[in-house]
Amino acid sequence: MNKNIKKGLLLLLFIVLGIIAIFPIYYLLISSFRPSDKMFRSGIVLFVKLEEITLRNYRYLFSESGKIYFYWYRNSILITAIFTTGALFLTSFVGYGLAVYNFKGRNLILTAVLFIMMIPLEILMLPLYKLLIALKLMNTYQGVVLPFIVSPIGIFFFRQYATGIQKDYIDAGRIDGCTEYGIFFKIIAPLMKPAYSAMAILLSMRSWNDFIWPLIVLRTNKMFTIPIGLAGLLTPYGNNYDLLLSGAILAIIPVIIVFIFNQKYFVSGITIGGIKG
Amino acid sequence: MHRVINNFLYSKKYAPYIFVLPFLISFSLFFVYPIISTIIMSFQRVFIGSITFIGLDNYKRLINESFFNAIRTNILYTVLTILYLIPVPIVIAVALNSKLLIGRNAFRAVLFLPSLISIIVSGVAFRLLFGTGEFGFVNSLLQKLGSRPVNWLLEYWPGMFIMVSLACWRWSGVNIVYFLSGLQNIPKELYESADIDGANSLDKFFYITLPLLKPIIIYVLTISIYGGFAMFGESYVYWNENMPGDIGLTIVRYIYQEAIQRNDLGYGSSIGIVLLAIVFGINILQLKFFGIFRREQG
Repeated sequence: MNKNIKKGLLLLLFIVLGIIAIFPIYYLLISSFRPSDKMFRSGIVLFVKLEEITLRNYRYLFSESGKIYFYWYRNSILITAIFTTGALFLTSFVGYGLAVYNFKGRNLILTAVLFIMMIPLEILMLPLYKLLIALKLMNTYQGVVLPFIVSPIGIFFFRQYATGIQKDYIDAGRIDGCTEYGIFFKIIAPLMKPAYSAMAILLSMRSWNDFIWPLIVLRTNKMFTIPIGLAGLLTPYGNNYDLLLSGAILAIIPVIIVFIFNQKYFVSGITIGGIKG
Repeated sequence: MHRVINNFLYSKKYAPYIFVLPFLISFSLFFVYPIISTIIMSFQRVFIGSITFIGLDNYKRLINESFFNAIRTNILYTVLTILYLIPVPIVIAVALNSKLLIGRNAFRAVLFLPSLISIIVSGVAFRLLFGTGEFGFVNSLLQKLGSRPVNWLLEYWPGMFIMVSLACWRWSGVNIVYFLSGLQNIPKELYESADIDGANSLDKFFYITLPLLKPIIIYVLTISIYGGFAMFGESYVYWNENMPGDIGLTIVRYIYQEAIQRNDLGYGSSIGIVLLAIVFGINILQLKFFGIFRREQG
């Protein structure tokens, strides 16, 4: 086959695949600008007509019943930020310890880290739920964040990364009189910047989109994260589409912005640390 | 006192344990304790303030139609998603890896995009597309093709179809990235010497690419099985309150319904233990079949 024809066919195939990947999001976007009475009676709609565009769904966000969305947004941002910062700090600390020291029980701990990654965490949700009730952490950020903050994926990832760092740095730190922890904070942590970036993206995406655990922990409307709040708007009897659509679109925007500017970290995070997707 | 603290801070003997302390605390409090607690609860009737030991009663209750339906749905869902999510992303990754493709990075980014969208938001989009009645997007397409509109949320197989397609749409990109990274580790010389031997593209795919991708394929298979048996969001986003005749009822959904919504933690725990046993069983089977690769990877 002619090389140019091959090139053309391949390009065509990927344009089709690209359309499939984007279409549901695109459809959500155009639907969010359409009047809701038209939404389900229109059949095949590929574009929103200019004269039809309405911002009603977005204006609804600022109405008395729509402004709850900003609570959800705030909760999502805070939970993601607390989870990601805490997990980066704790897992890099542990991962580094497992990488550089040879001590009794190290292999046992490594096995335990890998073992957790092999268990579907959904099995733990009932006893954790009971534990949260006992600790009075239901309906709190801590309740959402704490059980999973020492993420085994993070530990695994940072251990791999720290193993690759030359021991000379550590020895030099000891000669300069740093404590063992000083070496980590002052010398190693700055060297692990790329690892922090990759993990920050993986963990924050996961936390931002997390569903089943926050659904169990968060109990009042004002404490919901975006996915939990939006899920609550879905009912079998005609959904509350105004907030659902504009809210869904606004939930995607930060994710896409982060993705556009940090693509390479997404890939490295997924391929090295993305166990259990 | 100052010296004691200093000795401690500089001690290489204690340092490793301080470093792993966060993990030890989290592991015992949020992993070991819950596992033990769920095993115990599965033999109990648990209500707030009253706990009674009831032996195997919870497990006996598991013999019922809903639970069997849930297991069947999980098995079907897992098999169907794997049938798509392994072969199709492999082929796409191979094509994406080809120098003939213009704009490879842009396409990779676009195909990865769906995996960044939460299950609820993408579910809302799919609910719009698969709207029931004559005027839904997909139903309109079907009518154009001469078929009748489908009640996506009210029948078993259409329900299965929309769950599986949502999962396939969301996860393809991640698997493509996995397979791409595997492809990039295959030495170019292998393909060059195959060219010299006169192999065509199909030969190269079946005799070089696939065998060398095997560890990644097994890895993706493993996470897909876990994902399939732990599925919850795909069901919840379509039927968050009542579902007709257990359409979309999965094992985790059943746990959520019985234990969280109906407060029966004991019964929920026994379902969880069965899920654990299933996942373990599959894991052991896999180890038996693919043991060599596990050793290679580990």
